[in-house]
Amino acid sequence: MCLGVPGQVVAIDDAKTARGVVDVGGVRRVANLACVLEGDDPQALVGAWVLIHVGFAMSRIDAEEAARTLDLIKQLGELDDAP
Amino acid sequence: MKYVSEFRDPPAARRLVATIESLMSRRPKTLQGAPLKIMEVCGGHTHAIFKFGLETLLPETIELVHGPGCPVCVLPVGRVDDAISIATSEGVIFCTYGDALRVPGSRTSLAGAKAEGADVRTVYSPTDALALARANPSRRVVFFGLGFETTAPSTALTLLQAEREGVSNFFVFSNHVTIIPALRALLDAEDLQVDGFIGPGHVSMVIGVEPYHFIAEHYRRPFVVSGFEPLDVLQSIAMVVAQHVEGRAVVENQYSRLVSTQGNSAAQTAIHEVFKPRAHFEWRGLGSIAESGLELQPRFARFDAEQAFRVPALSVADPKACQCGEVLKGQLRPYECKVFGTACTPETPIGSCMVSSEGACAAYYSYGRLTSLRRASGLKVHP
Ligand code: SF4
Repeated sequence: MCLGVPGQVVAIDDAKTARGVVDVGGVRRVANLACVLEGDDPQALVGAWVLIHVGFAMSRIDAEEAARTLDLIKQLGELDDAP
Repeated sequence: MKYVSEFRDPPAARRLVATIESLMSRRPKTLQGAPLKIMEVCGGHTHAIFKFGLETLLPETIELVHGPGCPVCVLPVGRVDDAISIATSEGVIFCTYGDALRVPGSRTSLAGAKAEGADVRTVYSPTDALALARANPSRRVVFFGLGFETTAPSTALTLLQAEREGVSNFFVFSNHVTIIPALRALLDAEDLQVDGFIGPGHVSMVIGVEPYHFIAEHYRRPFVVSGFEPLDVLQSIAMVVAQHVEGRAVVENQYSRLVSTQGNSAAQTAIHEVFKPRAHFEWRGLGSIAESGLELQPRFARFDAEQAFRVPALSVADPKACQCGEVLKGQLRPYECKVFGTACTPETPIGSCMVSSEGACAAYYSYGRLTSLRRASGLKVHP
């Protein structure tokens, strides 16, 4: 219940209630997207990665920040490897 | 899976462990060998730490303390009794997340009540409960609202939808709790033995990182909001240790791919529209904490199960044998509880920390914390 699952929005089911279909590891699930809308058009969310808790998307996954975090970890190794 | 496997890369995990070791060696001489206690506030982290065996990778001087951030584990006996009293009322369909089914009340659990004939159903989402209400207009459908700020917005949005649709047979029994008052109560406890915190990632996704600043400023403890994959947790531990050796205490955000400084404003708005803080809420093991629970706003009174049903609302003492409170404050490791693994097991839990897979005792039990367990002498452990 507290752990979210990441998924990618594949379609908007009902724009009025911001209900969408999300692909979670190959399984399609209905999710409420009201908390992750940006602007008025839910359609803009198609393709976005979100984290879903109990059927509600609570955050979008920021690809740039994910890459930045991984980079930081990678740099640690390079520092250690440096002579 | 995207954003999962990248954060499970073993070579990167080894690099992080090496970084933690080298940071620990920079502690002042007087502290070398003394334990550095880091609390992971959230049960999700407890679960990840055990599942991936992270504790065994760390230097022995780093001790992870499992905090109160598992909403099922902190649900007090009295509230479970109330839930059972609602579930056994005439014509009720009682909907709960699966995690809460086996939490012991004073006589039985929701699972026990179900076995005795109550109509208790496991749902994945509050919207499933609302759908049941629509489908069963002659029944009263009650949703067991559980969780921190992570799940409170979902309950709130479901209530807003019920209001819009004019559904009259849907009710919420709110046991939602908030993390900040609980952390404050912990930090004010004289016996708290914690040097720094791994902060709850998914709660923070909703509330942001600002609300934690008092912990760094006033209580002088490092606080790092963390993700749930192995690299996330290890990197967060490295960040806490770095602050510790540099004598700093600030709030940092390791989980920036999901957590923004301000949090999710739509989710916060939904919480405030539907809920307000209760004067007091009781936590299993920790006692009553002011303004730590959420109840429905007067506008939603007609959906409030506590008003629609006559609940006993008794405060019931925790079982005597259970030492969940000491475990949650970091004074005791789960296996040090006298009934751990003998009278208290996941099949026959005495305390709720043994029920949820996010509870510290259940995590120790299920993942057989052999290294830690071996250190504890003379203990009988089931395989
Ligand atoms: S082992 Fe059981 S009784 Fe002991 S602290 Fe854990 S949950 Fe409570």
